[in-house]
Amino acid sequence: MKRILIILQKEFIQIFRNKTILPIIFVLPIVQLLILANAATQEMKSIRLAIVDSDHSPESRSLINAFSHSKFYTHIPVEGGVNVSIEQIDFGKADAVILIPKGFGEYLIEGTPVNVQLMLNAINITSAALTHSYTSGIIQNFASSIGMETINVTSSKPSIRHWYNPELNYKLYMVPGILVVLVTIVGMFLTAINIVREKELGTIEQVNVTPIKPYQFIVGKLVPFWIIALIELSFGLIIAKIVFNLTIVGSIPLLFGFAALYLIVALGLGLILSTSASNQQQVMFMVFFFMIVFLMLSGLFTPTESMPQWAVLFNKINPLYYFMKVNRMLILKGSEFSNLWDSFVAISIIALLTIFVAIKRYHKSV
Amino acid sequence: MKRVIEVENLVKQFGNFTAVNNLTFSVAKGEIFGLLGANGAGKTTTIRMLCGLLLPTSGKITVAGYDAFTQPEQIRASIGYMSQKFSLYSDLTVWENIRFFGGIYGLWGRELKLRTSELVDEFKMNEFRDVMVESLPLGWRQRVSLAVSMVHKPPIIFLDEPTSGVDPIARRMFWETIHHISLQGTTVMVTTHYMDEAEYCHTLLIMVDGMIQALGKPDELKSKHAVESMNELFLSLARNSNANMM
Repeated sequence: MKRILIILQKEFIQIFRNKTILPIIFVLPIVQLLILANAATQEMKSIRLAIVDSDHSPESRSLINAFSHSKFYTHIPVEGGVNVSIEQIDFGKADAVILIPKGFGEYLIEGTPVNVQLMLNAINITSAALTHSYTSGIIQNFASSIGMETINVTSSKPSIRHWYNPELNYKLYMVPGILVVLVTIVGMFLTAINIVREKELGTIEQVNVTPIKPYQFIVGKLVPFWIIALIELSFGLIIAKIVFNLTIVGSIPLLFGFAALYLIVALGLGLILSTSASNQQQVMFMVFFFMIVFLMLSGLFTPTESMPQWAVLFNKINPLYYFMKVNRMLILKGSEFSNLWDSFVAISIIALLTIFVAIKRYHKSV
Repeated sequence: MKRVIEVENLVKQFGNFTAVNNLTFSVAKGEIFGLLGANGAGKTTTIRMLCGLLLPTSGKITVAGYDAFTQPEQIRASIGYMSQKFSLYSDLTVWENIRFFGGIYGLWGRELKLRTSELVDEFKMNEFRDVMVESLPLGWRQRVSLAVSMVHKPPIIFLDEPTSGVDPIARRMFWETIHHISLQGTTVMVTTHYMDEAEYCHTLLIMVDGMIQALGKPDELKSKHAVESMNELFLSLARNSNANMM
């Protein structure tokens, strides 16, 4: 224990003396959150909508008003019929066209089901799907506001409600994911580089010639970066709160509890990689390689459920997948431990394995 | 005399290359034992095996009464090691380096503080104690390395080319310290390729191509090979080796 404390003391002196690491630790989360969360957004803003009103009734006008009042739409006035409005899509002037049929108002008054047609520019599938869902939502709202359940959007789907992120604010969805990436980068890179640096300088040899036990060395090396990564997470959450007004719905102790377990894996991996590398370039490439694979499959950008079977299986051992999932569930949804315990069990097993391998891989003599 | 290091039929192979070939020798307590040889003769490989940094291919090593294969941790606790390459933390001060390694060797609290200041005094490093090691001249860095290797008062210390690149005055000072340490009963095993330094050793082992070429006291070796100086001795042995190779 005393030996571990001695290593901690030395590591912290070195970290605080390092002129580059400390600023990076605090600048990184700000830059990453601000740039990535804004750049990676898939949120729809100012959908250019053309409405062809063939009815000119008070009812059709109030439907048009419903769209004019929404901040997501820019209304494009159309003179002429259906063909003119389709041209608007062809020329790239409109993203969506709504056709209100003749007799729309009368049908509504009679209480007869009526169809409204929605045409979408689907070059970008994601934005088309989002536009479809926004637009259907507004039409449904209009219908229920006048006490009708009778307007169908052609090829419409069952009424959709987006829970936990009602406005489909993409930033809120991205921020927990980016925090995962951030904490992983800081933890894994710093650990891996720190140990390889001792190898390069030869200082590790002076340590290996002492009677220190491998577990003491490893714990002493991991704890400082474990603490730094947890501080990094808190710092990131504070920035997310200030900049994006992201509120953690779930339990904060649970969030940090999971992060603490996850970091054992991330840092342990960094350590294992550093035992296989002899210089900093090598270890950087290795860490980068593993990061990209884990990250792409983790569900940061795309839902893991729709990935092929092998990827779903791989994610069972992907630490980033668990942290990504738990982080979003806790921050956005406020899940209870009863819904997360399986992820806790999985990450604990992975953590134990990682530490075991790391200690086994660390040899004092070659 | 009590033998503190015993080596029997020690062999180290790297692939097809035999770096150390069948070494057998022993070192007595309190001795300054010099390991001499040209670059690549196998000095560093031998010393690294004795310190437990490198696993031997075959042979038997006993250091401070412990077996290198079964009791490496006991050996590590009883030896000090100073590497050929400077291997202290250059971004820590003299004081912090000594304190860190003292702590790693198991010292703690008051005891650690006391030992650290004792070494700083003993090696006359008081004016440098809060200076970063990276800004010290090489000769002084080597003194700090030596101090670190002695922080846990080991009965045996291994010094791998401690004076290479150091100026003559600093070298002289360094050897005075080694002599002083040996007088206190510490066994010193040192490698060097400076022949004048060989004269300071009690026993010499001259290695050529991983094998023992000569072993004995400096004076005995000189009279046996009928030479005046260590330099001549070394050159004649090296020449023999070259002749053998041809």
